[in-house]
Amino acid sequence: MLEIPSLQVLPNEVLAFIGPNGAGKTTLLLTLALLVKPATGAISYQGQPVGDGPHALRLRRQFAVVFQDPLLLDGTVWDNVTLGLRLRGVKKQGIKDRSQKWLERFGVAQLAKRQARTLSGGEAKRVSLARAFVLQPEVLFLDEPFSALDIPTRQALLEDFESVLRETMVTTVMVTHDRNETLALGSRVVVLMAGRIRQTGTPEEVFSCPVDEEVASFIEAGNIVHGVVSGQEKGLAAVNVEGHQLEAVSGSDVGTKVAAFLRHEDITLSAPSPAATPSSARNRLTGKVVKLFPLGSQVRVTMDCGFPLVALITARSREDMGLEVGREVVASFKASSVHLIARR
Amino acid sequence: MDIILEGIIRAFQLLVRGDPEVLRITALSLGVSLSATAISLLVGVPLGTALGLARFPGRRFLMSLVNTGMGAPPVVVGLAVSIVLWRNGPLGVLHLMYTPYAIVIAQCIISLPIITGFTMASVQQVDPRLRLQILALGASRLQMVWLLLKQTRLPLLAAVMAGFGGIISEVGASMMVGGNITGQTRVLTTAIAMETGKGEFGLAVALSIILMALAYSVNLSLTIIQQRSKAR
Repeated sequence: MLEIPSLQVLPNEVLAFIGPNGAGKTTLLLTLALLVKPATGAISYQGQPVGDGPHALRLRRQFAVVFQDPLLLDGTVWDNVTLGLRLRGVKKQGIKDRSQKWLERFGVAQLAKRQARTLSGGEAKRVSLARAFVLQPEVLFLDEPFSALDIPTRQALLEDFESVLRETMVTTVMVTHDRNETLALGSRVVVLMAGRIRQTGTPEEVFSCPVDEEVASFIEAGNIVHGVVSGQEKGLAAVNVEGHQLEAVSGSDVGTKVAAFLRHEDITLSAPSPAATPSSARNRLTGKVVKLFPLGSQVRVTMDCGFPLVALITARSREDMGLEVGREVVASFKASSVHLIARR
Repeated sequence: MDIILEGIIRAFQLLVRGDPEVLRITALSLGVSLSATAISLLVGVPLGTALGLARFPGRRFLMSLVNTGMGAPPVVVGLAVSIVLWRNGPLGVLHLMYTPYAIVIAQCIISLPIITGFTMASVQQVDPRLRLQILALGASRLQMVWLLLKQTRLPLLAAVMAGFGGIISEVGASMMVGGNITGQTRVLTTAIAMETGKGEFGLAVALSIILMALAYSVNLSLTIIQQRSKAR
Protein backbone atom coordinates (compact mmCIF):
# COMPACT_ATOMS: atom_id res chain seq x y z
CA MET A 1 0.00 0.00 0.00
CA LEU A 2 1.24 3.45 -0.88
CA GLU A 3 0.97 6.42 1.44
CA ILE A 4 2.21 9.45 -0.42
CA PRO A 5 1.11 12.74 1.14
CA SER A 6 2.28 14.62 -1.93
CA LEU A 7 4.77 14.26 -4.72
CA GLN A 8 5.49 16.64 -7.54
CA VAL A 9 7.16 15.76 -10.79
CA LEU A 10 8.87 18.86 -12.13
CA PRO A 11 9.11 19.72 -15.83
CA ASN A 12 12.22 18.40 -17.60
CA GLU A 13 13.54 16.59 -14.55
CA VAL A 14 14.54 12.94 -14.36
CA LEU A 15 12.99 11.71 -11.16
CA ALA A 16 14.29 8.34 -9.98
CA PHE A 17 12.44 6.13 -7.52
CA ILE A 18 14.73 3.85 -5.61
CA GLY A 19 13.90 1.44 -2.83
CA PRO A 20 13.92 -2.23 -1.89
CA ASN A 21 11.66 -4.81 -3.55
CA GLY A 22 8.05 -4.41 -2.55
CA ALA A 23 8.52 -0.75 -1.60
CA GLY A 24 5.81 0.30 -4.04
CA LYS A 25 8.03 1.95 -6.66
CA THR A 26 6.34 0.33 -9.65
CA THR A 27 2.86 0.89 -8.22
CA LEU A 28 3.67 4.56 -7.74
CA LEU A 29 5.03 4.78 -11.29
CA LEU A 30 1.94 3.10 -12.74
CA THR A 31 -0.32 5.33 -10.69
CA LEU A 32 1.41 8.44 -11.99
CA ALA A 33 1.21 7.04 -15.54
CA LEU A 34 -2.57 6.75 -15.00
CA LEU A 35 -2.47 2.99 -15.48
CA VAL A 36 -3.48 2.21 -11.90
CA LYS A 37 -6.17 4.13 -10.09
CA PRO A 38 -5.30 5.23 -6.56
CA ALA A 39 -7.71 3.92 -3.90
CA THR A 40 -7.81 7.39 -2.37
CA GLY A 41 -6.24 10.69 -3.24
CA ALA A 42 -5.92 12.41 -6.56
CA ILE A 43 -3.50 13.05 -9.36
CA SER A 44 -3.21 16.37 -11.11
CA TYR A 45 -1.51 17.10 -14.38
CA GLN A 46 -0.37 20.65 -15.09
CA GLY A 47 -2.53 21.82 -12.21
CA GLN A 48 -5.70 20.11 -13.44
CA PRO A 49 -7.13 17.10 -11.62
CA VAL A 50 -7.15 13.99 -13.77
CA GLY A 51 -10.66 12.93 -14.63
CA ASP A 52 -12.04 9.57 -15.68
CA GLY A 53 -12.58 7.93 -19.06
CA PRO A 54 -11.84 10.11 -22.07
CA HIS A 55 -9.92 12.70 -20.05
CA ALA A 56 -7.61 10.08 -18.59
CA LEU A 57 -7.18 8.51 -22.04
CA ARG A 58 -6.30 11.90 -23.53
CA LEU A 59 -3.66 12.39 -20.84
CA ARG A 60 -2.36 8.84 -21.15
CA ARG A 61 -1.75 9.59 -24.81
CA GLN A 62 0.66 12.34 -23.73
CA PHE A 63 2.71 9.82 -21.76
CA ALA A 64 4.83 6.83 -22.67
CA VAL A 65 5.82 3.90 -20.48
CA VAL A 66 8.73 1.50 -20.86
CA PHE A 67 8.51 -1.55 -18.67
CA GLN A 68 11.24 -3.76 -17.27
CA ASP A 69 10.52 -6.36 -19.98
CA PRO A 70 10.20 -5.00 -23.51
CA LEU A 71 6.63 -6.44 -23.75
CA LEU A 72 6.58 -6.35 -27.53
CA LEU A 73 3.41 -7.52 -29.22
CA ASP A 74 3.24 -10.23 -31.86
CA GLY A 75 4.11 -8.82 -35.26
CA THR A 76 7.08 -7.01 -36.72
CA VAL A 77 9.25 -4.40 -35.09
CA TRP A 78 7.59 -1.83 -37.36
CA ASP A 79 4.11 -2.94 -36.19
CA ASN A 80 5.23 -2.44 -32.61
CA VAL A 81 6.87 0.92 -33.06
CA THR A 82 3.98 2.35 -35.06
CA LEU A 83 1.19 0.98 -32.85
CA GLY A 84 1.00 3.92 -30.45
CA LEU A 85 0.86 6.38 -33.35
CA ARG A 86 -1.85 4.35 -35.09
CA LEU A 87 -3.88 4.33 -31.87
CA ARG A 88 -3.55 8.12 -31.79
CA GLY A 89 -4.75 8.40 -35.37
CA VAL A 90 -1.53 9.97 -36.66
CA LYS A 91 -1.41 10.28 -40.47
CA LYS A 92 0.52 7.67 -42.49
CA GLN A 93 3.39 9.93 -43.49
CA GLY A 94 3.80 11.15 -39.93
CA ILE A 95 3.89 7.57 -38.68
CA LYS A 96 6.50 6.66 -41.27
CA ASP A 97 8.77 9.63 -40.62
CA ARG A 98 8.65 9.47 -36.86
CA SER A 99 9.04 5.70 -36.64
CA GLN A 100 11.96 5.68 -39.05
CA LYS A 101 13.65 8.47 -37.10
CA TRP A 102 13.42 6.76 -33.74
CA LEU A 103 14.30 3.31 -35.01
CA GLU A 104 17.44 4.87 -36.48
CA ARG A 105 18.13 6.86 -33.32
CA PHE A 106 18.16 3.65 -31.27
CA GLY A 107 20.14 1.79 -33.95
CA VAL A 108 17.44 -0.76 -34.82
CA ALA A 109 16.17 0.55 -38.19
CA GLN A 110 17.57 -2.53 -39.94
CA LEU A 111 15.31 -4.71 -37.78
CA ALA A 112 12.06 -3.02 -38.87
CA LYS A 113 10.78 -6.05 -40.78
CA ARG A 114 11.90 -8.63 -38.22
CA GLN A 115 9.36 -10.44 -36.08
CA ALA A 116 9.51 -8.80 -32.66
CA ARG A 117 9.66 -12.13 -30.87
CA THR A 118 12.89 -13.11 -32.64
CA LEU A 119 14.88 -10.17 -31.23
CA SER A 120 17.62 -10.47 -28.65
CA GLY A 121 17.11 -8.89 -25.23
CA GLY A 122 19.14 -5.79 -26.10
CA GLU A 123 17.44 -5.33 -29.48
CA ALA A 124 13.99 -5.74 -27.95
CA LYS A 125 14.82 -3.17 -25.31
CA ARG A 126 15.95 -0.70 -27.97
CA VAL A 127 12.71 -1.30 -29.88
CA SER A 128 10.67 -0.70 -26.74
CA LEU A 129 12.51 2.59 -26.16
CA ALA A 130 11.97 3.63 -29.79
CA ARG A 131 8.29 2.71 -29.40
CA ALA A 132 8.09 5.08 -26.43
CA PHE A 133 10.04 8.00 -27.91
CA VAL A 134 8.17 7.86 -31.22
CA LEU A 135 5.13 9.08 -29.26
CA GLN A 136 7.00 12.29 -28.37
CA PRO A 137 5.67 12.00 -24.83
CA GLU A 138 5.42 14.89 -22.44
CA VAL A 139 6.26 12.52 -19.61
CA LEU A 140 8.23 9.32 -19.97
CA PHE A 141 7.86 6.58 -17.37
CA LEU A 142 10.52 3.89 -17.10
CA ASP A 143 10.30 0.82 -14.90
CA GLU A 144 13.81 -0.56 -14.50
CA PRO A 145 14.38 -0.35 -18.24
CA PHE A 146 17.99 -1.48 -18.23
CA SER A 147 17.77 -4.45 -15.91
CA ALA A 148 18.11 -8.01 -17.21
CA LEU A 149 20.68 -6.96 -19.81
CA ASP A 150 24.31 -8.05 -19.89
CA ILE A 151 26.80 -5.38 -18.82
CA PRO A 152 28.16 -4.31 -22.26
CA THR A 153 24.64 -4.15 -23.78
CA ARG A 154 23.38 -2.24 -20.80
CA GLN A 155 26.27 0.20 -20.87
CA ALA A 156 25.86 0.91 -24.59
CA LEU A 157 22.11 1.37 -24.23
CA LEU A 158 22.50 3.56 -21.17
CA GLU A 159 24.86 5.85 -23.07
CA ASP A 160 22.49 6.13 -26.05
CA PHE A 161 19.54 6.69 -23.77
CA GLU A 162 21.34 9.34 -21.76
CA SER A 163 22.13 11.32 -24.92
CA VAL A 164 18.51 11.01 -26.16
CA LEU A 165 17.29 12.20 -22.80
CA ARG A 166 19.64 15.18 -22.90
CA GLU A 167 18.47 16.04 -26.41
CA THR A 168 14.75 15.69 -25.85
CA MET A 169 14.69 17.05 -22.28
CA VAL A 170 11.59 14.97 -21.74
CA THR A 171 10.28 14.87 -18.18
CA THR A 172 11.12 11.39 -16.95
CA VAL A 173 10.05 9.30 -14.00
CA MET A 174 12.02 6.11 -13.54
CA VAL A 175 12.21 3.19 -11.19
CA THR A 176 15.67 1.77 -10.75
CA HIS A 177 17.71 -0.48 -8.52
CA ASP A 178 20.94 0.65 -9.97
CA ARG A 179 22.98 3.32 -8.29
CA ASN A 180 25.02 4.09 -11.40
CA GLU A 181 21.85 4.56 -13.43
CA THR A 182 20.51 6.91 -10.79
CA LEU A 183 23.71 8.90 -10.72
CA ALA A 184 24.00 8.98 -14.53
CA LEU A 185 20.41 9.90 -15.31
CA GLY A 186 18.62 11.15 -12.22
CA SER A 187 18.27 14.79 -11.39
CA ARG A 188 16.23 14.02 -8.27
CA VAL A 189 15.85 10.85 -6.26
CA VAL A 190 12.93 9.63 -4.18
CA VAL A 191 13.70 6.83 -1.74
CA LEU A 192 10.63 4.69 -1.19
CA MET A 193 10.35 2.18 1.60
CA ALA A 194 7.25 0.22 2.58
CA GLY A 195 5.05 2.50 0.49
CA ARG A 196 6.30 5.73 2.00
CA ILE A 197 8.71 8.36 0.82
CA ARG A 198 11.72 8.31 3.12
CA GLN A 199 13.98 10.79 1.40
CA THR A 200 13.95 13.12 -1.56
CA GLY A 201 16.98 14.93 -2.91
CA THR A 202 19.61 15.07 -5.58
CA PRO A 203 21.41 11.77 -6.15
CA GLU A 204 24.52 13.18 -4.48
CA GLU A 205 22.54 14.21 -1.39
CA VAL A 206 20.82 10.86 -1.06
CA PHE A 207 23.93 8.77 -1.63
CA SER A 208 26.18 10.89 0.59
CA CYS A 209 23.75 11.86 3.31
CA PRO A 210 21.09 9.17 3.73
CA VAL A 211 18.39 10.42 6.03
CA ASP A 212 18.40 7.38 8.31
CA GLU A 213 20.14 4.10 8.87
CA GLU A 214 17.59 2.11 6.89
CA VAL A 215 18.07 4.28 3.82
CA ALA A 216 21.83 4.10 4.34
CA SER A 217 21.83 0.33 4.47
CA PHE A 218 19.54 0.13 1.44
CA ILE A 219 21.76 2.26 -0.78
CA GLU A 220 24.61 -0.05 0.21
CA ALA A 221 27.13 2.45 -0.89
CA GLY A 222 28.92 2.91 2.35
CA ASN A 223 30.04 1.81 5.74
CA ILE A 224 27.71 2.23 8.67
CA VAL A 225 29.34 2.13 12.07
CA HIS A 226 27.66 2.80 15.38
CA GLY A 227 29.13 5.10 17.97
CA VAL A 228 28.53 7.88 20.46
CA VAL A 229 29.45 11.54 20.04
CA SER A 230 32.21 12.13 22.55
CA GLY A 231 33.18 15.67 21.67
CA GLN A 232 31.88 18.70 19.82
CA GLU A 233 33.80 21.72 18.64
CA LYS A 234 32.50 24.29 16.16
CA GLY A 235 30.57 21.79 14.09
CA LEU A 236 33.23 19.13 14.22
CA ALA A 237 32.04 16.10 16.19
CA ALA A 238 34.29 13.43 17.65
CA VAL A 239 32.66 10.03 17.59
CA ASN A 240 33.75 7.08 19.64
CA VAL A 241 33.45 3.88 17.65
CA GLU A 242 34.53 0.75 19.47
CA GLY A 243 37.24 2.71 21.29
CA HIS A 244 38.44 4.46 18.13
CA GLN A 245 37.85 8.09 17.44
CA LEU A 246 36.36 9.41 14.21
CA GLU A 247 35.84 13.03 13.32
CA ALA A 248 32.79 14.16 11.41
CA VAL A 249 31.38 17.46 10.26
CA SER A 250 28.21 17.53 12.33
CA GLY A 251 26.48 19.61 14.95
CA SER A 252 25.45 16.52 16.95
CA ASP A 253 25.54 16.95 20.71
CA VAL A 254 27.87 15.05 22.99
CA GLY A 255 26.29 11.82 24.16
CA THR A 256 24.16 11.37 21.03
CA LYS A 257 24.09 7.82 19.77
CA VAL A 258 24.86 7.93 16.08
CA ALA A 259 25.36 5.81 13.00
CA ALA A 260 28.33 7.13 11.04
CA PHE A 261 27.87 6.71 7.29
CA LEU A 262 30.93 6.75 5.11
CA ARG A 263 30.97 6.01 1.38
CA HIS A 264 33.32 3.26 0.22
CA GLU A 265 34.85 5.47 -2.43
CA ASP A 266 35.57 8.29 0.03
CA ILE A 267 38.24 6.20 1.76
CA THR A 268 41.83 6.50 0.59
CA LEU A 269 44.21 3.64 1.36
CA SER A 270 47.94 4.02 1.81
CA ALA A 271 50.84 2.00 3.13
CA PRO A 272 51.70 2.76 6.77
CA SER A 273 54.65 5.15 7.14
CA PRO A 274 56.41 6.20 10.34
CA ALA A 275 56.02 9.91 9.64
CA ALA A 276 52.50 10.71 8.55
CA THR A 277 52.39 13.53 6.03
CA PRO A 278 50.07 16.32 7.09
CA SER A 279 46.80 16.05 5.20
CA SER A 280 43.34 17.54 5.15
CA ALA A 281 41.93 14.09 5.89
CA ARG A 282 40.99 14.33 9.55
CA ASN A 283 40.63 10.60 9.99
CA ARG A 284 43.44 8.07 9.76
CA LEU A 285 42.84 4.51 10.85
CA THR A 286 45.32 1.69 10.69
CA GLY A 287 43.97 -1.76 10.00
CA LYS A 288 44.61 -5.08 8.36
CA VAL A 289 43.18 -6.23 5.04
CA VAL A 290 40.83 -9.16 5.69
CA LYS A 291 39.24 -9.56 2.28
CA LEU A 292 39.73 -8.44 -1.31
CA PHE A 293 36.84 -8.74 -3.70
CA PRO A 294 37.41 -7.81 -7.35
CA LEU A 295 34.57 -5.86 -9.02
CA GLY A 296 35.68 -5.41 -12.61
CA SER A 297 38.03 -2.46 -12.73
CA GLN A 298 37.65 -1.91 -8.98
CA VAL A 299 38.40 -3.90 -5.85
CA ARG A 300 36.43 -3.94 -2.64
CA VAL A 301 38.81 -3.97 0.28
CA THR A 302 37.51 -5.05 3.67
CA MET A 303 39.70 -4.02 6.58
CA ASP A 304 39.70 -4.60 10.27
CA CYS A 305 40.37 -1.28 11.96
CA GLY A 306 38.97 -2.39 15.30
CA PHE A 307 35.68 -2.44 13.42
CA PRO A 308 35.08 -3.53 9.84
CA LEU A 309 35.61 -0.87 7.19
CA VAL A 310 35.14 -1.28 3.45
CA ALA A 311 36.90 0.81 0.83
CA LEU A 312 36.59 0.81 -2.93
CA ILE A 313 39.82 1.27 -4.85
CA THR A 314 40.86 0.68 -8.44
CA ALA A 315 42.44 -2.62 -9.40
CA ARG A 316 45.49 -0.65 -10.57
CA SER A 317 45.92 0.93 -7.10
CA ARG A 318 45.73 -2.49 -5.54
CA GLU A 319 48.50 -3.68 -7.86
CA ASP A 320 50.68 -0.63 -7.23
CA MET A 321 50.28 -0.99 -3.46
CA GLY A 322 50.78 -4.76 -3.61
CA LEU A 323 47.71 -5.10 -1.44
CA GLU A 324 47.12 -8.60 -0.10
CA VAL A 325 45.05 -10.11 2.66
CA GLY A 326 46.84 -9.68 6.00
CA ARG A 327 48.72 -6.52 4.94
CA GLU A 328 48.56 -3.49 7.16
CA VAL A 329 47.06 -0.35 5.56
CA VAL A 330 46.07 3.12 6.59
CA ALA A 331 42.55 4.26 5.72
CA SER A 332 42.13 8.01 5.61
CA PHE A 333 39.04 10.08 4.96
CA LYS A 334 37.84 13.60 5.50
CA ALA A 335 35.59 14.60 8.36
CA SER A 336 33.18 16.00 5.76
CA SER A 337 32.84 12.52 4.25
CA VAL A 338 31.41 11.15 7.47
CA HIS A 339 27.68 11.65 7.68
CA LEU A 340 26.19 11.20 11.14
CA ILE A 341 22.66 9.87 11.55
CA ALA A 342 21.14 10.12 15.04
CA ARG A 343 19.93 6.78 16.39
CA ARG A 344 16.89 6.31 18.58
CA MET B 1 -12.93 -55.77 -40.82
CA ASP B 2 -15.32 -56.55 -43.64
CA ILE B 3 -17.86 -54.12 -42.21
CA ILE B 4 -15.28 -51.29 -42.14
CA LEU B 5 -14.06 -52.07 -45.66
CA GLU B 6 -17.64 -52.24 -46.89
CA GLY B 7 -18.28 -48.92 -45.17
CA ILE B 8 -15.30 -47.24 -46.82
CA ILE B 9 -16.39 -48.47 -50.26
CA ARG B 10 -19.98 -47.43 -49.55
CA ALA B 11 -18.92 -43.98 -48.39
CA PHE B 12 -16.86 -43.50 -51.52
CA GLN B 13 -19.78 -44.66 -53.73
CA LEU B 14 -22.27 -42.41 -51.92
CA LEU B 15 -20.09 -39.37 -52.34
CA VAL B 16 -19.03 -40.08 -55.91
CA ARG B 17 -22.60 -40.81 -56.96
CA GLY B 18 -23.69 -37.70 -55.10
CA ASP B 19 -26.46 -39.44 -53.17
CA PRO B 20 -28.93 -36.60 -52.57
CA GLU B 21 -29.97 -37.80 -49.09
CA VAL B 22 -26.38 -38.17 -47.90
CA LEU B 23 -25.43 -34.79 -49.35
CA ARG B 24 -28.44 -33.20 -47.64
CA ILE B 25 -27.55 -34.80 -44.29
CA THR B 26 -23.91 -33.73 -44.65
CA ALA B 27 -24.84 -30.17 -45.63
CA LEU B 28 -27.28 -29.91 -42.73
CA SER B 29 -24.74 -31.25 -40.25
CA LEU B 30 -22.16 -28.79 -41.45
CA GLY B 31 -24.60 -25.87 -41.62
CA VAL B 32 -26.06 -26.49 -38.18
CA SER B 33 -22.71 -27.00 -36.44
CA LEU B 34 -20.99 -24.09 -38.18
CA SER B 35 -23.91 -21.77 -37.32
CA ALA B 36 -23.86 -22.90 -33.70
CA THR B 37 -20.07 -22.41 -33.56
CA ALA B 38 -20.36 -18.93 -35.11
CA ILE B 39 -23.08 -17.87 -32.65
CA SER B 40 -21.08 -19.30 -29.73
CA LEU B 41 -18.03 -17.38 -30.91
CA LEU B 42 -19.96 -14.12 -31.13
CA VAL B 43 -21.24 -14.54 -27.59
CA GLY B 44 -18.46 -16.64 -26.04
CA VAL B 45 -15.44 -14.54 -26.97
CA PRO B 46 -16.75 -11.28 -25.41
CA LEU B 47 -18.12 -13.23 -22.44
CA GLY B 48 -14.87 -15.15 -21.91
CA THR B 49 -12.87 -11.93 -22.27
CA ALA B 50 -15.05 -10.15 -19.72
CA LEU B 51 -14.82 -13.05 -17.28
CA GLY B 52 -11.09 -13.35 -17.81
CA LEU B 53 -10.22 -9.68 -17.48
CA ALA B 54 -12.87 -7.86 -15.46
CA ARG B 55 -13.17 -7.98 -11.70
CA PHE B 56 -16.69 -7.99 -10.31
CA PRO B 57 -18.65 -9.75 -7.56
CA GLY B 58 -19.83 -13.21 -8.54
CA ARG B 59 -17.10 -13.57 -11.18
CA ARG B 60 -15.70 -16.76 -9.71
CA PHE B 61 -19.16 -18.28 -9.48
CA LEU B 62 -19.77 -17.49 -13.16
CA MET B 63 -16.39 -18.91 -14.05
CA SER B 64 -17.20 -22.14 -12.23
CA LEU B 65 -20.51 -22.30 -14.11
CA VAL B 66 -18.70 -21.92 -17.42
CA ASN B 67 -16.17 -24.58 -16.44
CA THR B 68 -18.96 -26.95 -15.45
CA GLY B 69 -20.79 -26.18 -18.69
CA MET B 70 -17.73 -27.25 -20.65
CA GLY B 71 -18.50 -30.80 -19.68
CA ALA B 72 -22.31 -30.62 -19.86
CA PRO B 73 -23.74 -33.93 -21.19
CA PRO B 74 -25.48 -33.29 -24.55
CA VAL B 75 -28.51 -35.36 -23.50
CA VAL B 76 -29.06 -33.11 -20.50
CA VAL B 77 -28.81 -30.08 -22.79
CA GLY B 78 -31.22 -31.82 -25.18
CA LEU B 79 -33.65 -32.42 -22.36
CA ALA B 80 -33.47 -28.81 -21.15
CA VAL B 81 -33.96 -27.41 -24.68
CA SER B 82 -36.84 -29.86 -25.28
CA ILE B 83 -38.62 -28.68 -22.12
CA VAL B 84 -38.23 -25.04 -23.15
CA LEU B 85 -39.24 -25.54 -26.80
CA TRP B 86 -41.97 -28.14 -26.17
CA ARG B 87 -45.40 -27.18 -27.44
CA ASN B 88 -46.58 -26.04 -24.01
CA GLY B 89 -43.10 -25.01 -22.82
CA PRO B 90 -42.00 -21.39 -22.21
CA LEU B 91 -40.95 -20.91 -25.87
CA GLY B 92 -43.40 -23.41 -27.37
CA VAL B 93 -45.18 -20.64 -29.30
CA LEU B 94 -42.13 -20.28 -31.51
CA HIS B 95 -42.70 -23.81 -32.91
CA LEU B 96 -38.99 -24.50 -33.07
CA MET B 97 -39.08 -28.05 -31.74
CA TYR B 98 -37.99 -30.64 -34.34
CA THR B 99 -36.51 -28.00 -36.62
CA PRO B 100 -32.84 -27.36 -37.48
CA TYR B 101 -33.10 -24.18 -35.36
CA ALA B 102 -33.72 -26.31 -32.28
CA ILE B 103 -30.53 -28.26 -33.04
CA VAL B 104 -28.62 -24.99 -33.48
CA ILE B 105 -29.92 -23.78 -30.10
CA ALA B 106 -28.93 -27.02 -28.37
CA GLN B 107 -25.51 -27.06 -30.02
CA CYS B 108 -24.96 -23.42 -29.06
CA ILE B 109 -25.61 -24.32 -25.45
CA ILE B 110 -23.05 -27.11 -25.71
CA SER B 111 -20.34 -25.12 -27.50
CA LEU B 112 -20.82 -21.76 -25.76
CA PRO B 113 -19.21 -22.81 -22.45
CA ILE B 114 -16.37 -24.48 -24.34
CA ILE B 115 -15.56 -21.33 -26.34
CA THR B 116 -16.15 -19.06 -23.34
CA GLY B 117 -13.94 -21.24 -21.14
CA PHE B 118 -11.13 -21.39 -23.68
CA THR B 119 -11.29 -17.62 -24.25
CA MET B 120 -11.32 -16.99 -20.50
CA ALA B 121 -8.24 -19.18 -20.02
CA SER B 122 -6.36 -17.70 -22.95
CA VAL B 123 -6.85 -14.04 -22.01
CA GLN B 124 -5.88 -14.86 -18.45
CA GLN B 125 -2.70 -16.48 -19.66
CA VAL B 126 -1.49 -13.26 -21.25
CA ASP B 127 1.04 -11.43 -19.11
CA PRO B 128 -1.01 -8.83 -17.18
CA ARG B 129 1.73 -6.30 -17.85
CA LEU B 130 1.00 -6.62 -21.57
CA ARG B 131 -2.47 -5.18 -20.87
CA LEU B 132 -0.81 -2.27 -19.09
CA GLN B 133 1.68 -1.87 -21.93
CA ILE B 134 -1.13 -1.72 -24.49
CA LEU B 135 -2.99 0.85 -22.40
CA ALA B 136 0.27 2.75 -21.94
CA LEU B 137 0.63 2.92 -25.72
CA GLY B 138 -2.57 4.94 -25.74
CA ALA B 139 -5.21 2.28 -26.35
CA SER B 140 -8.74 2.76 -25.07
CA ARG B 141 -10.21 -0.15 -23.06
CA LEU B 142 -11.92 -1.47 -26.18
CA GLN B 143 -8.78 -1.18 -28.30
CA MET B 144 -6.85 -2.92 -25.53
CA VAL B 145 -9.26 -5.88 -25.55
CA TRP B 146 -9.07 -6.12 -29.35
CA LEU B 147 -5.26 -6.05 -29.34
CA LEU B 148 -5.19 -8.58 -26.53
CA LEU B 149 -7.48 -10.94 -28.45
CA LYS B 150 -5.16 -10.62 -31.44
CA GLN B 151 -2.35 -11.72 -29.16
CA THR B 152 -4.34 -14.77 -28.12
CA ARG B 153 -5.48 -15.80 -31.59
CA LEU B 154 -3.74 -19.18 -31.39
CA PRO B 155 -5.60 -20.39 -28.29
CA LEU B 156 -8.75 -18.76 -29.68
CA LEU B 157 -8.52 -20.89 -32.80
CA ALA B 158 -8.11 -23.87 -30.50
CA ALA B 159 -11.33 -22.71 -28.83
CA VAL B 160 -13.10 -22.74 -32.19
CA MET B 161 -11.80 -26.24 -32.93
CA ALA B 162 -12.87 -27.51 -29.52
CA GLY B 163 -16.29 -25.87 -29.83
CA PHE B 164 -16.90 -27.20 -33.32
CA GLY B 165 -15.53 -30.63 -32.41
CA GLY B 166 -17.82 -30.81 -29.43
CA ILE B 167 -20.98 -30.30 -31.47
CA ILE B 168 -20.33 -31.87 -34.87
CA SER B 169 -19.92 -35.18 -33.03
CA GLU B 170 -22.79 -34.96 -30.52
CA VAL B 171 -25.88 -37.05 -31.07
CA GLY B 172 -28.01 -36.91 -27.92
CA ALA B 173 -29.21 -33.33 -28.11
CA SER B 174 -29.67 -33.36 -31.91
CA MET B 175 -31.75 -36.50 -31.66
CA MET B 176 -33.90 -35.15 -28.83
CA VAL B 177 -34.61 -31.66 -30.17
CA GLY B 178 -34.35 -32.43 -33.91
CA GLY B 179 -36.18 -35.73 -33.96
CA ASN B 180 -34.04 -37.19 -36.79
CA ILE B 181 -36.73 -36.38 -39.37
CA THR B 182 -35.82 -37.39 -42.91
CA GLY B 183 -35.16 -34.43 -45.13
CA GLN B 184 -35.60 -31.99 -42.27
CA THR B 185 -33.55 -32.58 -39.16
CA ARG B 186 -31.51 -35.66 -39.92
CA VAL B 187 -27.84 -34.95 -39.36
CA LEU B 188 -24.88 -37.29 -39.70
CA THR B 189 -24.74 -38.34 -36.06
CA THR B 190 -28.45 -39.08 -35.75
CA ALA B 191 -28.37 -40.94 -39.06
CA ILE B 192 -25.43 -43.06 -37.87
CA ALA B 193 -27.26 -43.90 -34.65
CA MET B 194 -30.39 -44.82 -36.59
CA GLU B 195 -28.59 -46.98 -39.20
CA THR B 196 -26.67 -48.77 -36.45
CA GLY B 197 -29.96 -49.46 -34.69
CA LYS B 198 -31.32 -50.96 -37.88
CA GLY B 199 -28.23 -53.16 -38.25
CA GLU B 200 -27.19 -51.29 -41.42
CA PHE B 201 -23.55 -51.28 -40.35
CA GLY B 202 -22.20 -50.63 -43.83
CA LEU B 203 -24.17 -47.40 -44.22
CA ALA B 204 -23.43 -46.41 -40.60
CA VAL B 205 -19.70 -46.85 -41.19
CA ALA B 206 -19.97 -44.90 -44.48
CA LEU B 207 -21.71 -42.01 -42.70
CA SER B 208 -19.15 -42.17 -39.87
CA ILE B 209 -16.33 -41.88 -42.39
CA ILE B 210 -18.02 -38.87 -43.96
CA LEU B 211 -18.48 -37.34 -40.49
CA MET B 212 -14.86 -37.93 -39.60
CA ALA B 213 -13.70 -36.52 -42.94
CA LEU B 214 -15.88 -33.46 -42.39
CA ALA B 215 -14.56 -32.85 -38.90
CA TYR B 216 -11.05 -33.44 -40.13
CA SER B 217 -11.37 -30.97 -43.03
CA VAL B 218 -12.71 -28.20 -40.81
CA ASN B 219 -10.04 -28.81 -38.18
CA LEU B 220 -7.33 -29.07 -40.83
CA SER B 221 -8.33 -25.66 -42.23
CA LEU B 222 -8.31 -24.16 -38.74
CA THR B 223 -4.96 -25.79 -37.95
CA ILE B 224 -3.46 -24.35 -41.14
CA ILE B 225 -4.75 -20.88 -40.22
CA GLN B 226 -3.46 -21.32 -36.66
CA GLN B 227 0.00 -22.46 -37.68
CA ARG B 228 0.28 -19.78 -40.36
CA SER B 229 -0.49 -17.10 -37.84
CA LYS B 230 2.04 -18.68 -35.47
CA ALA B 231 4.72 -18.54 -38.14
CA ARG B 232 3.99 -14.89 -38.89
